Amino acid sequence: MKAFSYQRATSPMDAAAKATVTPGARFIAGGTNLLDLMKLEIEAPTHLIDVNGIGLDKIEKTEEGGLRIGALVRNTDLAAHEDVRRDYGLLSRALLAGASGQLRNKATTAGNLLQRTRCPYFYDTQQPCNKRKPGSGCSAIGGVSRQLAVVGASPACIATHPSDMAVALRALDAVVETVDAKGMARAIPIADFHRLPGETPDVETALTPGELITAVTLPKPAGGKHIYHKVRDRASYAFALVSVGAIVQKDGSGRVALGGVAHKPWRVEPADALLRRGAKPVIEHLLADAQPTAENSFKVTLVERTLAAVLAEARA
Amino acid sequence: MQALEENGVSRRGVLIAGAGVIAATAAPGAEAQPMPQATVPVSFEVNGERRELTLDARTTLLDALREHLRLTGTKKGCDHGQCGACTVIVDGRRINSCLTLAVMHEGAKITTIEGLGRPDRLHPLQAAFVKHDGYQCGYCTPGQICSAVAMLDELKAGLPSHVSETLTERPQATDAELRERMSGNICRCGAYSNIQEAIREVAGVRA
Repeated sequence: MKAFSYQRATSPMDAAAKATVTPGARFIAGGTNLLDLMKLEIEAPTHLIDVNGIGLDKIEKTEEGGLRIGALVRNTDLAAHEDVRRDYGLLSRALLAGASGQLRNKATTAGNLLQRTRCPYFYDTQQPCNKRKPGSGCSAIGGVSRQLAVVGASPACIATHPSDMAVALRALDAVVETVDAKGMARAIPIADFHRLPGETPDVETALTPGELITAVTLPKPAGGKHIYHKVRDRASYAFALVSVGAIVQKDGSGRVALGGVAHKPWRVEPADALLRRGAKPVIEHLLADAQPTAENSFKVTLVERTLAAVLAEARA
Repeated sequence: MQALEENGVSRRGVLIAGAGVIAATAAPGAEAQPMPQATVPVSFEVNGERRELTLDARTTLLDALREHLRLTGTKKGCDHGQCGACTVIVDGRRINSCLTLAVMHEGAKITTIEGLGRPDRLHPLQAAFVKHDGYQCGYCTPGQICSAVAMLDELKAGLPSHVSETLTERPQATDAELRERMSGNICRCGAYSNIQEAIREVAGVRA
């Protein structure tokens, strides 16, 4: 691990201010992804700002009847929260489908949103990777791509976003709240939070340097059945090949977001309107521009069948 | 970092320059910023005993326990949060001690395998692992046991899991629940069936 200096922040604004004046600084909360990457020197911050002591660890009701989830709420606590289990079951289910008990005890809401891809070439520092080293090329294109993106990718990058939680938040129309060094607050809809790779796959979110996530808010409960199906190579503790997060109402209408297929949680709102006609038209719409590789074209079929299973469960 | 090197002061040089808050030589035109210290004092409780350390900020909790406090019961397996051998209990919760910095645990209460039981007074889970032969080489065992202790507390507290049938009812100690909840602990020898027997006995799962 490269050497770094370390500082504890005292408030969200203090954290943002410290990060803004220190080039190469990173926030650390749970650290479960950042420290892993620092050990491999894929991430090499010169300065760490520990944000664990600045609050932001509560789950509160909003005036609109929704929920405000503090950025530092641990994945375990979020999945187990009474209101989340009752009204946003999709979020609980997605969280519980990810990582291990030990990791969920540390991992935070904001950190989960900001976790980096698990593309094997991002991890292999001997290989070119535009996300790790901009301009060096993409080894995944033409390489081992079974796990990688089928839609929304670019000639520069075919990595996927690894989060289960983010798929649920996308279907739930969450909003990411931030603060900057000047104390300016901003609300970013989850749809705009993660970026597609384009020509700059190293830029993954809409955050500006030093900007700190303070909370994630959920609108008032949507009702319906909340279902998260994750298909992976092991029954537990593995990243998704594909996942489907859906909220399905009694009349068959609803919304759906996909994981494991793109650089961000994948939802195309007009596809929701096709849910009553079954999985096939929905997936055809969601993956209309899909350009799978020879190794991952199975995902197109797999995700359609996974959605079919979700819809069958919703009807049951 | 770039700016510092351009001024002929390498980051390494700054770090070696020592403890305490030091003012870095700023690039011309830039405001001088205080450089935070490179070694950091931290104080926490390990197995009921207050411990005070001054550590290179890079030191993981795992390395602090093993290398600085000589509590070598906690094992380093993958060092990347994938195997669970380093599992310890911090403020009542199991975590991977390899994926957290020691200096992030000011004031914490840490329990390692050494704090759970002693050779003459085993923790019930330690005794159950012995009885059911829940290991072969034993390397993953401290992590398995620390994980299982905290896992059973999670179950008792009613926390749901991926295999819980509903999110609204209290989860039961079933084989499926125990297996899912222990998936963060890998046993390279494959002693899983005996590990499961040991845990289910303490959890009170009926055959």
